[in-house]
Amino acid sequence: MSSDAMALQTAEVGGARPWVQTLHEWVTTVDHKRLGILYILFALLFLVIGGIEATIIRIQLMRPHNDFVSPQVFNRMFTMHGTTMIFFVIMPVMFGFANYLVPLMIGARDMAFPRLNAFSFWLTAFGGCLLYFSLIGGSGLYGAGNAPDVGWWAYAPLTSRAFSPGHSSDYWTIALLVSGFGSIGTAINIIATILCMRCSGMKLGRMPLLAWLNLVMAGLVLISITPLSAAQIMLLVDRYLGGHFFDTQAGGSAALWMHFFWIFGHPEVYILVIPAFAFASEIIPVFSRKPIFGYPVMVAATVCIAFVSLSVWAHHMFSIGMSSYSNSFFVLTTMVIAVPTGIKIFNWLGTMWGGKIQFKTPMLFCIGFLFQFLIAGLTGIMQGAAPFDWQLTGSYFVVAHFHYVIVGGIMFCLFGAFYYWFPKVSGRMLNETLGKLHFWLFLIGFHMTFDTMHIPGVLGMPRRIYTYEPGRGWDIWNLIVTIGAFIQGVAILVFVANLIFSYLRGPKAGNDPWDAWTLEWSVSSPPPAYNFASIPTVASRRPLWDQKHPEDPDSRYE
Amino acid sequence: MSVFARPITQTPVAWTLPYRGTVGMASLIVAESAIFTIFVVAYLFYAGKSLTGPTPGEVLETPIFYTICLLSSSLTIHFASRFLERGKRGAFLGLWVLTIVLGALFLFGTGQEWHRLIYERGLTISTNLFGTTYYSLVGLHAFHVTAGLLMLSIVFLFGLAGRVGREQSDRVNVLSLYWHFVDAVWVVVFTVVYVVAR
Repeated sequence: MSSDAMALQTAEVGGARPWVQTLHEWVTTVDHKRLGILYILFALLFLVIGGIEATIIRIQLMRPHNDFVSPQVFNRMFTMHGTTMIFFVIMPVMFGFANYLVPLMIGARDMAFPRLNAFSFWLTAFGGCLLYFSLIGGSGLYGAGNAPDVGWWAYAPLTSRAFSPGHSSDYWTIALLVSGFGSIGTAINIIATILCMRCSGMKLGRMPLLAWLNLVMAGLVLISITPLSAAQIMLLVDRYLGGHFFDTQAGGSAALWMHFFWIFGHPEVYILVIPAFAFASEIIPVFSRKPIFGYPVMVAATVCIAFVSLSVWAHHMFSIGMSSYSNSFFVLTTMVIAVPTGIKIFNWLGTMWGGKIQFKTPMLFCIGFLFQFLIAGLTGIMQGAAPFDWQLTGSYFVVAHFHYVIVGGIMFCLFGAFYYWFPKVSGRMLNETLGKLHFWLFLIGFHMTFDTMHIPGVLGMPRRIYTYEPGRGWDIWNLIVTIGAFIQGVAILVFVANLIFSYLRGPKAGNDPWDAWTLEWSVSSPPPAYNFASIPTVASRRPLWDQKHPEDPDSRYE
Repeated sequence: MSVFARPITQTPVAWTLPYRGTVGMASLIVAESAIFTIFVVAYLFYAGKSLTGPTPGEVLETPIFYTICLLSSSLTIHFASRFLERGKRGAFLGLWVLTIVLGALFLFGTGQEWHRLIYERGLTISTNLFGTTYYSLVGLHAFHVTAGLLMLSIVFLFGLAGRVGREQSDRVNVLSLYWHFVDAVWVVVFTVVYVVAR
């Protein structure tokens, strides 16, 4: 902290410092804001890498009998794309926002464990580098291949020594194990921060929903990343010590890996989407000029989602032949989870209803999110029904569904969050025109790609297929999907250009450009290293509203 | 500085929050519990499914004495931290070192059993499913005991140097929470390995 404070003073004095010193400050920082920014920059770097991999996949599938890349490279591309996007893009970016915003929103000066925070970030970063180091160090044997190519589920027995020689699967396993420990560290930190560091008067029932939802997300990380870590340890025992956990020839079970993976894998979806819900729950009220509708119900629905999400995992496994009782159980739990999710959608609509909606870029992204997340949820319910799933599992319909959730739901909220909080982080506004261009281009590209992608799925196109015969009715759809992917790529370039341009030239934001109500807008932009000169005291859910409207504070009604 | 940075209401409110160390450790324990749960599930799932011997019934011997050692170390660490809270550093250090000795005895017992299983009974981690799951589960627990012993020893060294006093009792309590967790896990592992899936 002290070195940061000194750095700040030096910066204020205006002396030009050597870049080595700046770099040293960033590498050794334990400030939650800097670590948040590091998380986000790290995730953006990996977003570009994962995006390039997606582009390679789409070019390969653009037309039948294409041979843009070899089948081996194609397998590596979809494995690395999935692993990168889940573990090294969305999780770190969500942790980054949580790191940056939670202490500011609850009136704290830092996270509960600043050094653990830095340690967790560097574990995650190290995990990401390890995954990509496989490209250099993966071929332990001549011709064994480099990057992991077993798919992001890494189903047994593909990962056994016999079928995955060399070190590619080891890099995958250890990268996820290491970054998993980082995630657990950050989750512990978020929970301890929210439970122990709130400013005076910030009761749990007065916390901004973002803090609440991140609390639930962190709890979910604790109990669902750990099964993956345990399964990775077992896989390492199998690969290095000759164990038989997933070795069917010695009585082991490939299905057990599936269970362990999806016990992690399904809650993981909610680990990713709950922070996205958190962004929507902060942005929609501010741009509707109304407090959030049904605050306690939103909290209850989130906790409910987290709870139910722990018992739905086997809906990823209907086709492996479970008993009809198991199938029925997992169908029912999967259907049940739609209820709290629906409650949330109605609450956001209820917030907008009758509000003075301002269609600024963050709000546009959140409105896009609402519609797209609804559709993603509906195709989810379709596949939650076991008989329907038997027909379409392992097809491009599934690929379209989860990309609808992750891109149409999570990414849209994420972009909204970027536009909403960029002024706080950088002190400058993002350009609104470029922002709208980004939104519309991305919206068009998204729908071209992922609406269309459902159709070849229904027509029987399997996921992870390298290429296909002409004349099956898939050709034109795949071409449209690929064109849409390129439009999304252009939109991302607009976004990056906007980030850079606005960071350098954007108009000054001031403390509170959106006339918002949560504590992070009460401090300067960017906030000082110590956040709050004096720790605030709050009396309602909207402390800044109370301050701006002393004649009619919220605290009177709560 | 901003105009908003002053306190928003001036009325003082009574405000106490839990100690972050306790909450952090409780969170870690939740996470660790999930890891152990997966290993226990794997152990139970594969119980009796080994294609070749040896089976648990043939080779396992119930480590009653070492279990008593580990479980009583929970009592000694509890009273050690109570003494520290009351500022009795001598009694604290005595019970603390007793805790370390009991934990080390337990580890020694595990080592002895593994030595017997490997060299006399020919059971290794790659022999069969029982070996794989047994060494993984018991080894994971032994790893946690080792980590705990290292941390206890660090506190002990600081204690010898006279650096552990009443002011540190919050932190010592956090460590003892971890140690209680390690003991509680052993109750589960013991029940599963030596009683249920025998």
